[in-house]
Amino acid sequence: MAQAAEEPGSGRGYLAESGWRSWAYTMDHKRIGVMYLYTTIAFFFIGGIFALLLRLELLSPQAKYFSDHTYNIFFTLHGSMMIFLFIIPAIPSGLGNFFIPMHIGARDVAFPRINLASYWVFVAGFLVVIASLVSPMDTGWTFYTPYSAKTGAAVATLSFGIFLLGMSSILTGLNFIVTIHKLRAPGMTWHRLPLFIWGMYSTSIIQVVATPVVGVTFLLLAMERLLGVAFFDPAKGGDPVLFQHFFWFYSHPVVYVMILPAMGIISEVIPVFSRKPIFGYKAIAYSSLAIAFLGFLVWGHHMFTSGMSPLANAIFSFLTFFVAVPTAVKVFNWIATLYKGSITFESPMLYALTFIFLFAVGGLTGPFLGALATDVQLHDTYFVVAHFHYTMMGGTVMGFFAGLHYWFPKMTGKMVNEKIARISWALVFVGFNVAFFTMFIAGVKGMPRRYAEYLPKFQVENVISTVGAAILAVGIGMMFWNFLQGLRKGPPAPGNPWRALSLEWQTPSPPDTENFHEIPVVTDWPYAYGTPKGPAA
Amino acid sequence: MDNVLAFGAASAQAARVDALFVMITVIGGFFFFLTQGMLIYFAVRYRRRLPDRDNETPRITGNHLLEFFWVLIPSIVVVAIFYYGWRVYTEQRIPVGGATEVYVNARQWLYEIKYPDGRTAINEIRVPAGRPVKFILSASDVIHGFYLPDFRVKMDMIPGRVTTLWVEPDRPGRYQIFCTVYCGTGHSNMLAQLVVMSPDAYAEWSARHEEAGEEKEHEPLAVRGARVAKNAGCLNCHPIGGAAKVGPDWKGLFGSNVPLEGGASATADEEYLRESIVDPGARIVKGFPNVMPTYKTTLSKEDVDAVVEYIKTLK
Repeated sequence: MAQAAEEPGSGRGYLAESGWRSWAYTMDHKRIGVMYLYTTIAFFFIGGIFALLLRLELLSPQAKYFSDHTYNIFFTLHGSMMIFLFIIPAIPSGLGNFFIPMHIGARDVAFPRINLASYWVFVAGFLVVIASLVSPMDTGWTFYTPYSAKTGAAVATLSFGIFLLGMSSILTGLNFIVTIHKLRAPGMTWHRLPLFIWGMYSTSIIQVVATPVVGVTFLLLAMERLLGVAFFDPAKGGDPVLFQHFFWFYSHPVVYVMILPAMGIISEVIPVFSRKPIFGYKAIAYSSLAIAFLGFLVWGHHMFTSGMSPLANAIFSFLTFFVAVPTAVKVFNWIATLYKGSITFESPMLYALTFIFLFAVGGLTGPFLGALATDVQLHDTYFVVAHFHYTMMGGTVMGFFAGLHYWFPKMTGKMVNEKIARISWALVFVGFNVAFFTMFIAGVKGMPRRYAEYLPKFQVENVISTVGAAILAVGIGMMFWNFLQGLRKGPPAPGNPWRALSLEWQTPSPPDTENFHEIPVVTDWPYAYGTPKGPAA
Repeated sequence: MDNVLAFGAASAQAARVDALFVMITVIGGFFFFLTQGMLIYFAVRYRRRLPDRDNETPRITGNHLLEFFWVLIPSIVVVAIFYYGWRVYTEQRIPVGGATEVYVNARQWLYEIKYPDGRTAINEIRVPAGRPVKFILSASDVIHGFYLPDFRVKMDMIPGRVTTLWVEPDRPGRYQIFCTVYCGTGHSNMLAQLVVMSPDAYAEWSARHEEAGEEKEHEPLAVRGARVAKNAGCLNCHPIGGAAKVGPDWKGLFGSNVPLEGGASATADEEYLRESIVDPGARIVKGFPNVMPTYKTTLSKEDVDAVVEYIKTLK
């Protein structure tokens, strides 16, 4: 790309300043990104502990360690924390904040103060969520009415917390849209943007358009609980299914908020470690927008058994299937990128390939749930639990892990121990499949989700699943221990350890505050790997 | 009969769902092995050969023909799966005639069963084999689910609405019913059984109940409906055959297609009749004035069910 020579680093780069003020008041997008990463990863661990407690309880068909009510609280907290405090913000607000300006050759995001504000609104949001634990929620992360309007838990408090988190999400999305439109370096045309930016751009649009709906929905729910205004409670003349429409109008598009940035990371990692240009750049870029757009039209597929008319169900089913097409296009293009490459298998690449593999399982189990007749069978069973863990954890979280390993040297200026990274990858891969593939089988056999106790005939699957979860937990623990070791005493990272062409790697590791001493002039796209004389296609 | 095997389909309908399941598995499996096979093959075949030097890699940036085909082929495949899924679903949803009817009302955390002849039960539904059964579903407090894994169907039970589900059990057996919509602490213990009996055993069971007279205080639903309709003044406006009155005729009403004000039409099913009793202005029959008062607070839910059941008998 633009800069052939590596700029000399000043050692600690943007991390030079220390003291809490240098973080709390920072307007550096990199520091804000790092704060988001620490915060969201902390919640990933807390949510993960809840998951392990659930798996522990499910070793036995009868209530053994916890009461049913406690179990219900645990799965609610597992879901809410993983969704609202980890998966939604981790890649966009964490890695996105750090790398969007660096990818497009900018010194910062368009509105650094709003960026800092969005972080502190996020903190306020999770503090309110934590405050709601005085009377913990037992509604599931979906908060279906009328149950959520009746239960004794602190629903209004929690929904206010999520309202704030949504606010933070909107501010971040808005900031990114403006940044990508206005702050691209000279020569950084739309078709030279790294595909991570295309993913982030599509995600930001969804965040800005869909999040207000969930904010309003939770506001209505709070009004119903606090003021007795009837929106959703049929006892007062409301309609509980209306809540489901509102909720999924946000919460379906938001699964693309979760997955599109991860897909962006995969599109960055695959070419670098194959030494090949990305195959079908425009197809991948525009398929992100297509997914973002189609994502708004398919929320009804969460409600095929909610008593909607068969015609409405058929329309939602039909539209749902078309999300599969741009998704498949991405997978085909990634695989084609490998063709005739020079592939190496460092940890970012291992996670990127794992993403494709696990996401394929998640994606190909989608048609069972998109097709009406099989959805009526499998809806609300463990099949759905397996499906969304394959897409969300096998997809988004594996993409996040790929991104963490890929950008760790850039963010910290240190290298991690590659051998330990690969061992932990193997544990994660095996543990994940053992834990979650079994859930497909339990689901087909008819085990409903959100069951604190279950019929003894499902015990084998549940025990296997718990063993898998334990392996997975060891793998993830080892990975983050490796990150901490790298942070403390890893060897210093060169500016560009992976020999990548995108702009962020043309800076020292860690980069300086404001990233570029001179704004780079871009003359080529970031995927010009390989020799030009090769057979053109 | 414990259906330990996943593929122990208990009805012809369920077998069709299983066929769809197998079809999607085969298609999905094909694409999985195709893509992941290529992924693994490329990863092995094109791994870097030398420890410190890249293979020479061609600068391939795309191929329009390939892009075209891998948009087209998945599009065709997904439309095919959609169509098949829709067909099987439609068969499930279109009600069949001559079904045995069972009213099921869910509350935290049990199922209340009501038969049209007035008998009641909790958490156990008895029906004869070889005949369609229609479940008329409602809920008293929060949303519940009604899931029959052996029949591959489920339906939510929603307070303030009536939903329906029907199955046609092939053979006698005990089949599990699960609540599938999370409904609070007792959710996972909200279990019930569908007991499918041979027609003879069912007839014997029904007769035994009648002889024992243990349900004396329960009059048949339709009888109760007739009483309620008279007492509540329904028949002042609604004729049952004969001369036209202020309101639509009840005779032959159930199941008929009713033209509505504004050009649409509706099928007079349980939900439409229930709605017309508790919220009469919602969907007005074409040519009739919107004058009926709501019976939402006047009639209990049981009374509304009884009136609907009564209307059904007016053929």
